[in-house]
Amino acid sequence: MSFSAHSRDSGNPDQAGTGAPLSRGRTDHVVTLSVVSLICDPCGALYWPEHGLLAVSDLHLEKGSSFARRGMLLPPYDTAATLARLTKLIAHYAPRLVVALGDSFHDGGGPSRLASQDRDSIATLQRGREWVWITGNHDPEPADGIGGVFMHTLTIDALTFRHLPSGAAGEVAGHLHPVAKISHRGRAVRRRCFAADAARLVMPAFGEFTGGLNIRDAAFADLFGTLSFTAHMLGEDRLYAFTAGRCLPG
Amino acid sequence: MTEEHAQLPDVFARWFAARGWTPRAHQLALLGKARAGRSSLLIAPTGGGKTLAGFLPTLVELHEQAEKPKHAKDRKLVSTGSGIRREGGLHTLYISPLKALAVDIARNLEAPVAEMKLPIRLETRTGDTPASKRQRQRRDPPDILLTTPEQLALLLATADAPYLFGSLKRVILDELHSLVLSKRGDLLSLGLARLFTLAPALVTVGLSATVATPDELCRFLVPQPPDGEASGSQNLADLVIAQAGAQPNVSMLDTTERLPWAGHSARHALNEVYDLIKTHKTTLIFVNTRSQAEFMFQSLWGINDDNLAIALHHGSLDVAQRRKVEDAMAAGKLRAVVCTSSLDLGIDWGDVDLVINIGAPKGSSRLLQRIGRANHRLDEPSKAVLVPSNRFEVLECTAAIGAVAENAQDTPPLRTGALDVLAQHVLGRAVGEPFLSDELYDEVRAAAPYAKLARADFDAVVDFVATGGYALKAYERFAKIRQGKDGKWRITHPNVAQRYRMNIGTIVEADMLKVRLVRSRRSTTVIPRGGRVLGQVEEYFIEGLTPGDTFVFAGEILKYEALVENEVYVSRSSATDPKVPAYEGGKFPLSTYLAARVRGILADPKAWQALPAQVREWLEIQQWRSLLPPAGDLLVETFPRAAKNYLVCYPFEGRLAHQTLGMLLTRRLERWGLKPLGFVANEYALAVWALGDMGLRIAKGGLSLKELFAEDMLGDDLEAWLDESALMKRTFRTCAIIAGLIERRFPGEEKTRRQLTISTDLVYDVLRKHQPDHILLRAARADAATGLLDIKRLSEMLSRVQDRIVHKRLDHVSPLAVPVMLEIGRERVYGEAADTLLAEAADELIKEAMN
Repeated sequence: MSFSAHSRDSGNPDQAGTGAPLSRGRTDHVVTLSVVSLICDPCGALYWPEHGLLAVSDLHLEKGSSFARRGMLLPPYDTAATLARLTKLIAHYAPRLVVALGDSFHDGGGPSRLASQDRDSIATLQRGREWVWITGNHDPEPADGIGGVFMHTLTIDALTFRHLPSGAAGEVAGHLHPVAKISHRGRAVRRRCFAADAARLVMPAFGEFTGGLNIRDAAFADLFGTLSFTAHMLGEDRLYAFTAGRCLPG
Repeated sequence: MTEEHAQLPDVFARWFAARGWTPRAHQLALLGKARAGRSSLLIAPTGGGKTLAGFLPTLVELHEQAEKPKHAKDRKLVSTGSGIRREGGLHTLYISPLKALAVDIARNLEAPVAEMKLPIRLETRTGDTPASKRQRQRRDPPDILLTTPEQLALLLATADAPYLFGSLKRVILDELHSLVLSKRGDLLSLGLARLFTLAPALVTVGLSATVATPDELCRFLVPQPPDGEASGSQNLADLVIAQAGAQPNVSMLDTTERLPWAGHSARHALNEVYDLIKTHKTTLIFVNTRSQAEFMFQSLWGINDDNLAIALHHGSLDVAQRRKVEDAMAAGKLRAVVCTSSLDLGIDWGDVDLVINIGAPKGSSRLLQRIGRANHRLDEPSKAVLVPSNRFEVLECTAAIGAVAENAQDTPPLRTGALDVLAQHVLGRAVGEPFLSDELYDEVRAAAPYAKLARADFDAVVDFVATGGYALKAYERFAKIRQGKDGKWRITHPNVAQRYRMNIGTIVEADMLKVRLVRSRRSTTVIPRGGRVLGQVEEYFIEGLTPGDTFVFAGEILKYEALVENEVYVSRSSATDPKVPAYEGGKFPLSTYLAARVRGILADPKAWQALPAQVREWLEIQQWRSLLPPAGDLLVETFPRAAKNYLVCYPFEGRLAHQTLGMLLTRRLERWGLKPLGFVANEYALAVWALGDMGLRIAKGGLSLKELFAEDMLGDDLEAWLDESALMKRTFRTCAIIAGLIERRFPGEEKTRRQLTISTDLVYDVLRKHQPDHILLRAARADAATGLLDIKRLSEMLSRVQDRIVHKRLDHVSPLAVPVMLEIGRERVYGEAADTLLAEAADELIKEAMN
């Protein structure tokens, strides 16, 4: 098993500078997991070219309304915003298969609270491609009216997609909402990130209202064993890789 | 006007006489106003018997009332619908900005009440008052209650409010000049408006230090008419001005040392400050920031060969530690206290005979209030020494001494009431009792800061309180308040009330982390536990630190060990110099008034004669090498230095406005292809550096300074920058918390502040994208205009200098530019996007790996 984080030309110079959000990066940020090369997108999605597979994790749709239900009236725009970002990603990669890696809804009642236009957007996104809802701890039960198929895990070739990371080789998981912090010249930058070593990868949360857990937290140590894993921090139009040991706690 | 000559009842006259006192004219004048049923504002210097003047009418009234047959003890029990209460509520409510002040005043009042054997019950009510006592106070209120604006809001949001306040005769507002400057003043004004409804005969007494525009405070004290402008004296409280004290004796330290070019430590003057302490009985040493206090305290002890009792007092220290200092001070046990504005307000500190102000005085009124802390006797002049910590501050101190001599005031104008505070009040009103929109709208406009509130804004606030105020009407079923068939708004569930009570208030502190002293750890895995809490420090300061960094706090050099949940673990360090300077600019920007005076001094070489020789020489060289512009003009210098090109301008508008200007200028220079690299600002100037030669481009006509400094930068550029501004996010967070969108506390749990920061940032991003005109964003922008971004001041400056920009192209850095240039490297450099930092950190890593 080998690990590398390098950049390669995307071979698509036409799109550079057109202002389309996904074409800013002139290079793809590639990570190799087991023997599989995957593209980490600065939006926080993972693309597997061989299978035309696009994975996003922890959408936490209807988180705003979930809080509102309990008396904190957060803006109700999170679902539409998350779906709009997903729409752009799908338009860019035109994936054959989309995997939502669990916690797609903030709570079990989420799907039923969807506004009709958001429900329609999901249906539109699903048209002409396969769609897998991996179940998560926030949304353990399959739901009606949101299309797709529900699975606990999905294994393709050497990779297994599941919500809760187990640390197994070849695993792509979510759940932990990894963020990394770097300090430079007295200023700290905190960003969502992919956390990965040569065998396993934890995806950043994609949802608009999702917070994060620092990769120096014990949960990551349990998973990766040492601090030699890499945080691929999400920048405006590219990713920045730092070893976990270089990142700050807190 | 017979009311002016109100007579004291015998028992009071005897009490004054027994002390050898004569009632002061303003004390009798206030009594006269009270007898005539007039609200009044008393402006008096510290030590003028202000508090007694405020309470005298109440004491006299209660005394006279007691002489009537019906004794307080015989009051009947009555039913209020929500319980049995004793007939008759409060007589007088006293509100102070500090709970310590309320307690202090209560203690001071007890003496005359006891000595004159007045049948008066007076009690305090603060956050520290036990629940049982608070309940009893609602059931059986005292005659006089001393409390804070927050406690008033809580009392108003109970069903008992009409009973408690229905009989209220008088409200005394202490330190009004200070209260009205903040959102607490907004909250207080709304509470006051409610009191005027509950007790229409109510009169008010405001107690204030000298201010620039007393009429504004006079408006604050009385209900404003519902339809605005038609004003007259009936919308103003009467003004009573006490005789001013002796003219203070203010001088600038005539240092024999070399005056620093930059920095704020005043290290050069240390020995001279120490000598001043030695030759006075008790000295108050005011500094502008917590870290300056830390530095001065530590340095003074470094040379304290005589072991003088010198103490430290600032708002981040542990409360117990602060109380100890205050008690020692009151007992006359201290020779000096190094303090920040935590000691600005009028608690009595005993016999201070010297005030030393280190660094920039910032404003004339502010300095006068600080000076007033020396010598609480009116007839003797207060003595103060100003210690500038660098050359520019010499100019500022000179300007301030001139202003003090003229008794010129520069307190800021009255605020426009904040919408987030209004949201909190609206919910509180529904918690108290159901309300009709029309009635509440009128009531709210009786409060001076809200007198011009538009109906549409009011309705938007009510809509926000009910369902979040979103254009996407998604939350009707989750509403907090709902309109009934009778048109009245009421809360939808009792727990809305409970949560309102837990989250009341307008003081949203920066995220503070507890600092705990532990032993230094050798291993990286075992984190030591326990240890003493030293105080609290802002989270954003710790965020920039790496474990192992040293900084000064609580009078010691400490090493940052680890962050564990909400606590910062530190150990004692043997380092002699802290690694992280931790200077945060003065919290208060230089007042517009003093800034104008400083520009005046600069423009007038004749005025330089009064300056120390070193400063005069500095200005003379500046005039020879570059120039000093007329007072209204803006000087812009450009020069190359070490392969970079610099542009330095001198607006004198304070660091906050300069930082905002720096952000906007660099965006613009970027767009014009001049490749700006960064900028740094201080109170007086702004330096921008770039790869492109700005001087050359200006000389060739390719860059117009008029365009560069055009006001339209406050349009799109500002909007674009606000998108990513951490300062704006911090401002929004405060509004979201005050307005009740984000709750700090839930029943049974306290959400950690660290979690909170994340969620308000996300909410900010989402709202900006999807509902940019949302009421909370409007509230945050209004705050930014005067707060952390000081946009209002920047905008006034830009419009002032439009056709008055003077450019000087130089080969070298000018003398005037040196101070701000020295800040580079010492200060954090702004103007860099977070991504640049990431890229740089990544490059650094590559270098590390390659070498």
